[in-house]
Amino acid sequence: MALKPGLRLKSVVCDAELMIIKAADGDNLTCGGESLSDEAPAEKAAGNSDQMNGCVIGKRYVNEAQTIEVLCIKSGDGSLYYNGDELMTKDTKKLPSSD
Amino acid sequence: MNIALFMQMAAEACADRVALTHAGVHFTYEQLFDSSKKAAKHFSESDCEFVSVMDVSSPAVPIAMMGAAMAGITYVPLNYRLSSEQINEQLARIEPVFLIVDDSQVNDYEIKGTVSGRRGLLAELETKPSNDFTWQEDPSAIAIQLFTSGTTGTPKAAILRHEHLVSYILSSIEFMGAEPEQAALISVPPYHIAGISSILSSIYACRRMVQLPNFEPDEWLRLCANEKVTNAFVVPTMLIRIIEQIEQTQFDLASLKSLTAMAYGGGKMPVPVIERALELLPEINFTNAYGLTETSSTISLLDPDDHRNALTDTDPIIKSRLGSVGKALPGVEIEVRDDDGNRLAPFEPGEIYVRGPQVSGEYLERNALIDDGWFPTRDAGHLDEEGYLFLSGRADDVIVRGGENISPAEIEDVLHGHDAIRDVAALAIPSEEWGEAVGLAVVLKGGAELSEDEINAVIRAKLRSSRIPAQLVFADELPYNESGKLLRRVMKAWFE
Repeated sequence: MALKPGLRLKSVVCDAELMIIKAADGDNLTCGGESLSDEAPAEKAAGNSDQMNGCVIGKRYVNEAQTIEVLCIKSGDGSLYYNGDELMTKDTKKLPSSD
Repeated sequence: MNIALFMQMAAEACADRVALTHAGVHFTYEQLFDSSKKAAKHFSESDCEFVSVMDVSSPAVPIAMMGAAMAGITYVPLNYRLSSEQINEQLARIEPVFLIVDDSQVNDYEIKGTVSGRRGLLAELETKPSNDFTWQEDPSAIAIQLFTSGTTGTPKAAILRHEHLVSYILSSIEFMGAEPEQAALISVPPYHIAGISSILSSIYACRRMVQLPNFEPDEWLRLCANEKVTNAFVVPTMLIRIIEQIEQTQFDLASLKSLTAMAYGGGKMPVPVIERALELLPEINFTNAYGLTETSSTISLLDPDDHRNALTDTDPIIKSRLGSVGKALPGVEIEVRDDDGNRLAPFEPGEIYVRGPQVSGEYLERNALIDDGWFPTRDAGHLDEEGYLFLSGRADDVIVRGGENISPAEIEDVLHGHDAIRDVAALAIPSEEWGEAVGLAVVLKGGAELSEDEINAVIRAKLRSSRIPAQLVFADELPYNESGKLLRRVMKAWFE
């Protein structure tokens, strides 16, 4: 499945749900070691136990080059990888409330 | 990407937190999400192409906005204070519409579509079963259409796509960033971009919204105290009236102790007013926010530290920043350009241009973005060497006197600090000799006396003689629209 902004994806190993904010070439995005799906599976896959550090609702995740950005819209146990590299959280600069 | 996602995430993470307080009644995030999905189904079944609220703030406002977003229908809040002629002109541009009004006005409009009373609609939604409405995530779909205030002519239909609003919120608001006890007092009307952005940012921060349907300073102060409000946004005229109320009634400021942050914007804030506010309310963090409808709200901020530094520092550059609208938000670029589009150096006055993923710059009638996505704001101003932006007014308001450009703000700023002057505005009036000349309208404080010669002397002491008004009128008050924008075109008639 090609990644594009606005695409919603579900993890097949945990409860996590994601939204693509910035798309990169290819579709090698994984959660808990497994590719994501547009539908939650009837039964969860086991996943890669080395890639189960969790993702948290409201956090944005990027790769080092910031060529891909995803928003976690539901927390889960799996961690996110793109092309084999673990994605890191991107901080929102703390701003005073303006509205 | 769809702004409805923010509602879903808030309900997922903070289901039982209070999302909204209106007239003492509370709605949790779960309830607001549930009602929004019911509204989405209701709108989808009505064959409307627009959802509109022409009413004061109420729970129907966020529910209609989120319901419309879920249903993939453009949300168009309308200004209920316009003349019936203006309202009918705007309604004709959004048919067929699902229109939500005060319950007493349900039979007042003959339109293609459905008219529903606010209370009637909320009661009807409550009887409907909960549903699992799912929505499209099309980033380029139009989320919101706002008719511009039309201070210079026929209102244009500005459009904001989901991607613009989502970019603004993701880049400036931390999800669930509010503590459970935080509450924002929303006193701007629903049809103003600040009314829209305050709903979106409160929901994403999971901060409780306290709605004030009709701004009155005593009610604003009462709600702040009773609802333990922590954050508030006001337009300059609201802040002026709040300060007057505090001073005239010797209001007990201790009852405002929960209020820690106030933001202001929507019009130019006179420096003496913000100075007085900082003096009167030293515990409050003040933030000046500058933005436009076409930029999905805020593009620059003057933060609380900037305010304090400007008040206490002796460096004239830093002091002057109390009159600035601050620096560009992350991801937003701001430039000042001359009439030929050339980028200007710091301190050179010109037109403000802005670029970034939250900038739509688009109207239904035309796309106003130019090369490489830059939006000419038609606001005039300059930047300083550290990127602080200063506004001088609308580019169209510049007075061109014999080839010399005079910004109304230069003259107004000199007079705003005067003890006898309550309000003042300068504008271009026709002149046979100079093409244009300065017209000046002055509102004196109650009981104060000041002659035309004395006013001219104040100007002459600070500015070049070309700034002396060719014609001066005294007025009881200046015409503002309800979001605090000065209506200079209305004042032109005073000088004919």
